[in-house]
Amino acid sequence: MALFVIKRVALLGLMLIGLILIMFTISHVAPGDPAGVAAGPDATAEMIEVIRKEYGLDKPLPMQFWIYLGDVFQGDLGRSIRTTHDVTDDLLRYFPATFELVGVAMLIAIFFGVPLGMLAAVFRDKGADHAIRFVSVSSVALPMFWLGLLLQLFVSLKLGWLPLGGQIGLMTERPEPITHLLLVDSLLRGQFETFREAFAHVILPAIALSAPALAAIIRVNRAEMIEVLHQDFIVTARAHGISSFRIVAIYALRNAMIPTLAMIGLRFGWMLGGTVLVEGVFDWPGVGLYAVQSAVNSDFQPVMGATLLIGFSFMLANFAIDIAYGWLDPRLREAG
Amino acid sequence: MSAASHPPVSPWRQALAAWRLRHHSKLRTMRLYAFTFSRSLSSMIGLGLVLLFFFLVLAGPWIVPYPEDATGSVNLDIKLQPPSAEHWFGTDEVGNDIYTRVVLGTQVSFQIGLIVVSIAMILGIPLGIIAGLSGGWLREVIMRVTDVFLSVPGLVLSLAIVAVLGPGILNAIFALALVWWPGYVRLIESKALSLKSEPFVDAARAVGAGMPRIIFFHILPNCVSPIVVKGSMDMGLAILAAASLGFIGLGAQPPHPEWGAMISIGRNYLPDFWWYSTFPGIAIYLTVLGFNLLGDGLRDILDPKTRSR
Repeated sequence: MALFVIKRVALLGLMLIGLILIMFTISHVAPGDPAGVAAGPDATAEMIEVIRKEYGLDKPLPMQFWIYLGDVFQGDLGRSIRTTHDVTDDLLRYFPATFELVGVAMLIAIFFGVPLGMLAAVFRDKGADHAIRFVSVSSVALPMFWLGLLLQLFVSLKLGWLPLGGQIGLMTERPEPITHLLLVDSLLRGQFETFREAFAHVILPAIALSAPALAAIIRVNRAEMIEVLHQDFIVTARAHGISSFRIVAIYALRNAMIPTLAMIGLRFGWMLGGTVLVEGVFDWPGVGLYAVQSAVNSDFQPVMGATLLIGFSFMLANFAIDIAYGWLDPRLREAG
Repeated sequence: MSAASHPPVSPWRQALAAWRLRHHSKLRTMRLYAFTFSRSLSSMIGLGLVLLFFFLVLAGPWIVPYPEDATGSVNLDIKLQPPSAEHWFGTDEVGNDIYTRVVLGTQVSFQIGLIVVSIAMILGIPLGIIAGLSGGWLREVIMRVTDVFLSVPGLVLSLAIVAVLGPGILNAIFALALVWWPGYVRLIESKALSLKSEPFVDAARAVGAGMPRIIFFHILPNCVSPIVVKGSMDMGLAILAAASLGFIGLGAQPPHPEWGAMISIGRNYLPDFWWYSTFPGIAIYLTVLGFNLLGDGLRDILDPKTRSR
């Protein structure tokens, strides 16, 4: 097991270097002048030259990559041209909000996805199965940003049930940070009114963000449940007169959950990617909105930083799945 | 009676009959596929939607009421009108007919989808075959590069690429194609790897078939089903991704009739002018839904082993 973990850690490191190389290539080898891109559209020739020096763009490419790699591993992701802020600081400030949004969205996807997948398997090829399939196929096909707009239109504007956007009301005082997660902090500080408000703000963006993951979880869970429900131990359990509910919801589900958990881990990374669409719609002050605003303004360092952060989180999630699988299934450990 | 009562059999008919005889078993399989496919309601809905949108792609310019509205004409006196008999989906902020723009938007979306998926296949399939058949360091290199690309959500990576290249439809296509090919490498590599040790490939090699022959006659034909299924799904997903880039403001630029960009502009006119964002969104939804259902249906008939999944 130790060897397996070491191998995976080494692979994780290599993948991260690979990702940094891709980002470096995009920014430096792509047509166009990175210094010109960094300086912005109205820069003079001297300004571009200064920036070229400052960013070390006059050095040979492999040297530049080496320097960039060193910077990234020291946590230096450069500075935003637009705001002159340090990108690392910005990302640290915005990441908790994104993490919170993704966390709630994932809980929604699991909370609805697992039971729906289970129901679809039990009522396979019946009306309920078809209805659930319609839900899952639709939630892949609905553009997340459009779903967000519809939710705003109906739930916020027409019904007035939930706020339109933002993480919390402008007038509301934020709790003293402990974990930097607003929902958690407000609970820990005992500010239940703040918690209620923050929770109301997170629901709609989280629903919009959860749609594709919901579909994926329903699909995997349904397929696994169908497989498990045909196995001998289920027949035995039925023969013993154990109630159907207990068989399905406990014995079968427990066995179907492993692939479902893997899907949940995988979807975590995709959801981080989805924040670039949803956060803009809901003015959610997170990494996705930050990346989009920077991209639209050709402010490249923040985009690279955000991409690296999202990519690395994605890799970490996959790494965690790999380790969990290796722990659960010794055969995978030997295969390396 | 004389021979004249038997009309002479035309040579075409003879050729057809001979062809049918030769391909008897293939035709049977095809008929079985068609039958199985038509039994599934969701597959037929998918096929219907895809055919409908293909029809709109081809016939669009001739069936829309105001074709000039997709090229930047301005009619400010009828701006932001609600849906009516003249303007089925209403009009936008410069008085363009939204129905016209949504229908002509199918061309834009399908072009993007087709180009992205084609480039992804052209790059991904050969690389996958090389990786699957060669083994050794070459396979390691290809697969590790693929893994790295697959380790970032595609939309985020394409966002970064477009941020460097600048917004625009061509750059968006380029960025999406660049993040799309690794999926095909992974699919084909695993397929080629398992086919490599099949007895029929061994047999072909034993009787002296060269590598090209093995690839084109034994490996590729067996990869067609998964490629078709993935291609159908990816058409929908690529259209969705292109619309997403358009919504962010990095894809097609107005007055180009692109669905995502239309939703993005229409968003500024919510909630009063709800029709502006609503109809392009429905178009995206139905297109992606169609390709997904079609892909699902094709998987059911071409690859029955994974049916329940």
